[in-house]
Amino acid sequence: MKEKIRIASGQGFWGDLINAPYNQVFGGEIDYLVMDYLAEVTMSILQKQKSKNPQLGYARDIPELMKSTLPECKKRNIKILTNGGGVNPVACANSVLEVAKQLNLNQLKVAVVLGDDIKDRIDELINLGAELKNMDTGEHISKIKDKILSANVYFGAFPIVEALQQDADIVITGRTTDTGLTLAPMIYEFGWKKNDYNLLAAGTVAGHILECGAQASGGNFLGDWKSIPNFAEIGFPIAEAYPSGEVIISKHKNTGGKVSFETVAEQLVYEIGDPKNYITPDCIADFTTIILDDLGDDRVRVYNVKGYPETEFFKVSCSYFDGYSSSATLTYSWPEALTKAKYADEILRKRLQNLNLNFDEIRTEFIGYNACHGPLSKQLDEDDINEIVLRVAVRSKDYNSVERFGKEIAPLILTGPPSVTGFAGGRPKPSEVVAYWPALISKELVHHQVKIYEV
Amino acid sequence: MKKIKLIEIAHGRSGDKGDAANIGIIAYNEEGYKIIEKHLTAEVVKKHFEGICFGKVERYELPNLKALNFVLHNTLGGGGTVSLKLDAQGKTLAAALLRLELEIE
Repeated sequence: MKEKIRIASGQGFWGDLINAPYNQVFGGEIDYLVMDYLAEVTMSILQKQKSKNPQLGYARDIPELMKSTLPECKKRNIKILTNGGGVNPVACANSVLEVAKQLNLNQLKVAVVLGDDIKDRIDELINLGAELKNMDTGEHISKIKDKILSANVYFGAFPIVEALQQDADIVITGRTTDTGLTLAPMIYEFGWKKNDYNLLAAGTVAGHILECGAQASGGNFLGDWKSIPNFAEIGFPIAEAYPSGEVIISKHKNTGGKVSFETVAEQLVYEIGDPKNYITPDCIADFTTIILDDLGDDRVRVYNVKGYPETEFFKVSCSYFDGYSSSATLTYSWPEALTKAKYADEILRKRLQNLNLNFDEIRTEFIGYNACHGPLSKQLDEDDINEIVLRVAVRSKDYNSVERFGKEIAPLILTGPPSVTGFAGGRPKPSEVVAYWPALISKELVHHQVKIYEV
Repeated sequence: MKKIKLIEIAHGRSGDKGDAANIGIIAYNEEGYKIIEKHLTAEVVKKHFEGICFGKVERYELPNLKALNFVLHNTLGGGGTVSLKLDAQGKTLAAALLRLELEIE
């Protein structure tokens, strides 16, 4: 058994710093590179891409990244784990194998985890007794069944462990939990068991710290953010894991950012509900038991985590089509910038009303004044503000109403209040609204498969 | 009655889960945690976010991190891509809560 392993976070979401995984590989010692690419909205985008081209539906940054990092990873036996397979992990694996061939790499094993995509199994699963009730509203899935764009079960760490046990160099999954990516190598390397709940919880907590990339190492830090050194070359977090479940969070030497009690604590409270019940497919972690020990020098020790048995359900995330939306902006300058923007909003709304258009919601925000904090925003002298961006957004089931809204923005320039600019992008087009349907499904109804591809 | 600005004793981070936002507030020291533990109640937070949060507010304690976690239901205009808000994911709500002044005796 290894005495410790170093797991490096390479990506916090699809769209994160392109060079981050490369820097993690070349910046120092690591054993695993883990990359989370999937947000809820990402799955529906990928499903749309796949429906247009059956060879797409995965994070296409991956083959590009492999060109620059794969030979080095192979040389140093750094394993790569990612959920960037999206809704088409096999196509993603093929794209990686293609790169490997171009680079004349051989003996490369790419594992794929399948089975999370239940979009085409909904009827079958309903017949088997799954209700897939909306966790927030309690409604039955039949309400949206015909509008489903994607439906995926969240798998945990164990399918990845299975792949690692088959000597995979790279593991590509679909909807695997972000935390499972980090937990899996600990289970595999240290031989943790399915009922080692405290250990599984410790690895899960490490996964939560790593899953948003540099958000644990100084990025988006709301404390004394100006004290964070060298944002430009920010280092992504690394979890140095030990068989006891103890983890030290750090980052490579000579990188920017900061790993401290405060930066790690902010990430720990990010997107959690009841901290005593942090539920994953692998275990339930109790975040109120975590002890953080700031060791200085960008190292924070994380230990004492308590865990409990996993539930008998997988979480399911369905996305479905729910109409159209559009938003537009115009910028008004001093004098009376805010007053002008308010007038323009009233004029626009009157025109939309006269056209008898049909909207579920029209929302107005004044960027520079109240777009972020709404009624909590500080009152400003309306006559003296330098400039205000008027932002109006609409949503409707009716495509034509949303499209017509887009045609009513530019006319405000010549038919409304003065000193207005910032409308160069053309008419805003309606975009499809994707809504989410969170549900639970019995673990007995869904099974994963691991497939190995090699060159 | 003495007033303390929350931003002077705590920091935090916020995010989304569907139409709910979560705001984690972390005190800089133990003394600060005692103050927020006592005075930063779910009711105080609910009142602060009047006109923004239209559902219930739940509060959870993490004394190990000197932190409180608040879950604000019905807050993000539908959440996800349904929401028409500029800040559809509630990323700036932690800062909005730090605007609060706590009344302590």
